[in-house]
Amino acid sequence: MGRKILFITTDQQRYDTLGVNGSVVGRTPVLDHLAATGIRYERCQPTSVVCMPSRASMLTGQFPTTHGAWMNGVPLAVDAPSVAENLHDAGYATALIGKAHFEPFMDPFGRYAENTLASLGIPTIEQPWYDGRMGVHRGFDYLEFATHGALGLLHYAKWMQTHHPEAIGSFYPVLDGDLNVNAMGGGDTGAPQVKVNDVPKEWYHTDWVAQRTMDWLSQQADDQDWFCWMSFPDPHHPWDPPRSEVSRVNWRDVPLPVNYPEKAAEREALLDAKARHWRAWYDGRLVSNYEAPAKWVPATMTADQVREVNALNAVEVELIDEAIGRVLQMIKDKGWDDDVDIIFTTDHGELQGDFGLLFKGPYHVDGLMRLPLIWRPAPSAQVAPSVVTAPVSLVSLAATFLDVANQPQPEWVEAGALPLSDEEASARRFDNTITEWDSELFGVAVHVRTVTTKKFLYTEYQKGTMHDGSEGELYDLVGDPLQRVNLFSDPGYADVRAELSERLRAHAARPNQKAELGVVMAPV
Amino acid sequence: MASIRYEKVIEAAPDTVFGVVTKPESIPEWFPGIVKAEVDGNVRTITTASGMQMPELIIANDPLLRRFAYRITAPLYKFHLGTIDVIELAPNRSLCIYSTTAEPDTLALIIAGGTLGALEEICRIAEDRQRSL
Repeated sequence: MGRKILFITTDQQRYDTLGVNGSVVGRTPVLDHLAATGIRYERCQPTSVVCMPSRASMLTGQFPTTHGAWMNGVPLAVDAPSVAENLHDAGYATALIGKAHFEPFMDPFGRYAENTLASLGIPTIEQPWYDGRMGVHRGFDYLEFATHGALGLLHYAKWMQTHHPEAIGSFYPVLDGDLNVNAMGGGDTGAPQVKVNDVPKEWYHTDWVAQRTMDWLSQQADDQDWFCWMSFPDPHHPWDPPRSEVSRVNWRDVPLPVNYPEKAAEREALLDAKARHWRAWYDGRLVSNYEAPAKWVPATMTADQVREVNALNAVEVELIDEAIGRVLQMIKDKGWDDDVDIIFTTDHGELQGDFGLLFKGPYHVDGLMRLPLIWRPAPSAQVAPSVVTAPVSLVSLAATFLDVANQPQPEWVEAGALPLSDEEASARRFDNTITEWDSELFGVAVHVRTVTTKKFLYTEYQKGTMHDGSEGELYDLVGDPLQRVNLFSDPGYADVRAELSERLRAHAARPNQKAELGVVMAPV
Repeated sequence: MASIRYEKVIEAAPDTVFGVVTKPESIPEWFPGIVKAEVDGNVRTITTASGMQMPELIIANDPLLRRFAYRITAPLYKFHLGTIDVIELAPNRSLCIYSTTAEPDTLALIIAGGTLGALEEICRIAEDRQRSL
């Protein structure tokens, strides 16, 4: 018997929403305790700041330009590598419960297995795997899907439609009549994607994901190794937690984010110092991507709206923390805890008021790129707790799972396992991470590459609709942790810029065999 | 409104290619994800693999121009126009163009994603038929 793996992800969660990472709004005692007994990473970066490319990187251990799912709406090829497949072949029972999103949600023709499985109401399906075997989907022998509401084809939506149809209308309508991300305001302040939800807490997707996870775990024998990916759809917008929980955090008491200057002129000056698409989006002159409401203008957002969004976000984070606590208690009750590795992270962050913005897009700053990551190794492995300050990336997760399972590293992973300490990070040269952005939607093209080191965050904008290929951003993460002063054109930093630019060129020239880039099949 | 166009060179005579798409009720054979089609005059109602039903109005089915055109008239669509054109490149070589124009824009993207698979199937069937001639 080896070590079991509980991989917990959330969706769109900032680093600073955990108590252990400095949250002043939500309380996360379960995750704080995990961090205290394991390894807390202070600078974990995604390979992409939107869901599909980032999640595909977790599964494949590859960057988006390698696995080919380069923007939301581009399905990960069914023959893409999958760490779950390697674990399955090594005898692990494998499950993914909650949000997967390797394939587009908008799928009226039912072409993607995630939607087909859920539509058929079955947890897995026999289908040809890419090497010719008949097998499980992407290496998972059990799949149950959920996303941000109760409409659609996925298992949670089906469950709500079957058992609690009267509550479906209580959720915020994620899309508007034009199938764009809804700009409709709600709550007390009229903030976009906010609604007080009358659904009972027990029926909300956070509790459903935890309960379905416990149901699956309860079927596993004590001596069965397993890899369970428990994937919560929250705290991604819409911010519509159950009404019974909203009073946990009074939005009127929530402080404004440190990176939200209340004076519009100050916000606008900060935006003007960045590449031009920042201010264009803020003013409502550019919609570069699908992931934020096309009909919402960030400049109209009020300070109270920022407070209410942050309050509801914190409520959702607290619900997740408590749900994780229930799953961990069950693992303890089973007597498994000594042999279970627990890894917690998210796919990308959320601007959540920073610079006067909400949601996400091609904006490579800490709000979107600095992620919570905690690894509590199995106590039986006797790994000392630590804090890793070196930059690490979600692209290392696949190799980490394989290391935990004592499996060989396949050729296709593009990064080694996470370091257990700063000393190990230094010895293994964990000194930078790369984040990619590519989007081409309705004639608007944006292509961004960012390298993050302990000291600097450096971004180059390639040729696109708003950029001529000469723009960029350079921030001193030590002297300017809020990334307010763009040093890209500062001659005093020419050497830094040249060195970091060389790292981006080296990334582009990496020798790995790349998949054919996929075609955009839907906006998300 | 958004327009998205995909095209594919097919090693088959243009009449053979157009023959794949000209029978309105044959669409489940070549459009992945459409499992059923009922035709009543110039109205075709398709059923997708996810169980959605969509009514369509056939507005052109011209073997001389080799053009098939239709509108999806489901309420979600403010506008839709789908066209399939087959152009002769050589006696046994054709260019098949599948265009989708729709409002809301998002629907153009979703439907056009399906047409990409349809082009592959049209190609496969037409080339099979060409080889069997």
